[in-house]
Amino acid sequence: MNMTDKLASLGRQTIEFVVGLGRAGLMLWGAIARKPRSKGFPLFVRQLYIVGVQSMVLIFVSGLFIGMVLALQGYNILVDFGTEESLGPMVALSLLRELGPVVTALLFAGRAGSALTAEIGLMKSTEQLSSLEMMAIDPLRQIIAPRFWAGVVSLPLLALIFSAVGIYGGHVVGVEWKGIDSGSFWSILQASVEWREDIVNCIIKSLVFAVVVTWIALYRGYQVIPNPEGISKATTQTVVQSSLAVLALDFLLTAVMFGR
Amino acid sequence: MNHQVPPEPKPLVEIQNLNFSRGEHVIFDDISLSIPKGKVTAIMGPSGIGKTTLLKLMGGQLIPDSGRVLFDGKDVHRCSREQLFNMRKRMSMLFQSGALFTDMNVFDNVAFALREHSGLSENIIRRIVLMKLEAVGLRGTASMMPSELSGGMQRRAALARAIALEPEMVMYDEPFAGQDPVSMGVLVKLISELSDALQLTSVVISHDVQEVLSIADYVYVMADKRIIAHGTPLELKNADNPQLKQFIGGEPDGPVPFHFPAKDYQKELVG
Repeated sequence: MNMTDKLASLGRQTIEFVVGLGRAGLMLWGAIARKPRSKGFPLFVRQLYIVGVQSMVLIFVSGLFIGMVLALQGYNILVDFGTEESLGPMVALSLLRELGPVVTALLFAGRAGSALTAEIGLMKSTEQLSSLEMMAIDPLRQIIAPRFWAGVVSLPLLALIFSAVGIYGGHVVGVEWKGIDSGSFWSILQASVEWREDIVNCIIKSLVFAVVVTWIALYRGYQVIPNPEGISKATTQTVVQSSLAVLALDFLLTAVMFGR
Repeated sequence: MNHQVPPEPKPLVEIQNLNFSRGEHVIFDDISLSIPKGKVTAIMGPSGIGKTTLLKLMGGQLIPDSGRVLFDGKDVHRCSREQLFNMRKRMSMLFQSGALFTDMNVFDNVAFALREHSGLSENIIRRIVLMKLEAVGLRGTASMMPSELSGGMQRRAALARAIALEPEMVMYDEPFAGQDPVSMGVLVKLISELSDALQLTSVVISHDVQEVLSIADYVYVMADKRIIAHGTPLELKNADNPQLKQFIGGEPDGPVPFHFPAKDYQKELVG
């Protein structure tokens, strides 16, 4: 390909990206813009269960292990400097500021995100979405909206659970195994973790990730080309694109929040 | 005796000079047809010609490049959201795959449109659902999930769902495709009986010539992006058009050739 072809291809890809962004925006707008229906609440609760509650085991176990590994590695480094008492805040702040929101979002994208894309993709290919339209029911409000709100509500809660469980895992390794004093573990931790700086930022980060991951997952499903390759391609794209978006946004948010 | 010819029933749907293409691919080239009220109208043609697309254009899900689709006199693509909403409540579509909602059982599927739109009490809805299921012979499957039904039964359940709100028109997208003879017989019976009993306007899209000709009051035959013939089943069976004859008779070779264009056979084998 010569220079002009490459430029044309770049231009085309940019246009496709912008068009895709526009379509995704229209889909989201159509789903959440109007007054919520009273009939929508049971649908929302059901999705909250499927998307949020059913991810709990994964988040719980991952949080525990990551907290324990963090404490283990952290202890090995800190003990050389004689600062092993800082293990508490080290684990807590790493989890709340970074690992909690980011790892939870990545796990969520892999588990709930791909499931959402596959489910909606299948509904599209079996004409269920068309049936809803022909029955004068807007599929954006009936199918997309409850799942969107379920994702936005679950992910921050899951991130907090992840962090909490991780801190406990850190306690198990640091205090029970490595012998740090339990009292000083908790009190130094309590002194270093700020509400506004750390916990609220954790929630803000995971809210941003929640919107992005859920939005990508729903859009990929909604736009799927209705055949088996289309669906598998769409689920892969969900996981890849949400993961990259989460990591990129994490850098941006960290720079803004903590980059004094 | 005074034999007065009854006036032609006013067409429920009229398609006027419709043009539609997907990208560069022209699908419909100046199509006009009308669907009379209360009758079974069939639209036949070879596979892949865009018959489902035609139904979607009629239901307002796709927008034509030019031309109009009128439902009961109103242009489907030029009315407000509210009006389109109300129009859709009067028409119903039966998709090829049935398209039952897989996360709820048969009863909830049929009750779905009633619960969303009718505002009736759960008691009355229950009775209506049971009546509709009885009409298609599936009252016993009410608590089963769609995945537990056979393909033919799924289609019948979808039919019960389609008539739940007692629409004026039902559009059948390839209802007979891939069915065994018994299921086919059942569907043929249901389509014509429901059409009479509920005074429905039925639009049947199909390429199953025998089945369709046995129940249709009027037939449109499509090929090459346009309508090549239309008339009553009797008129079509006796028509002269060779393309039509090949389609109706199911002849493997004719205006639509058997061989896909290729190089000279002898040259390719030997030379």
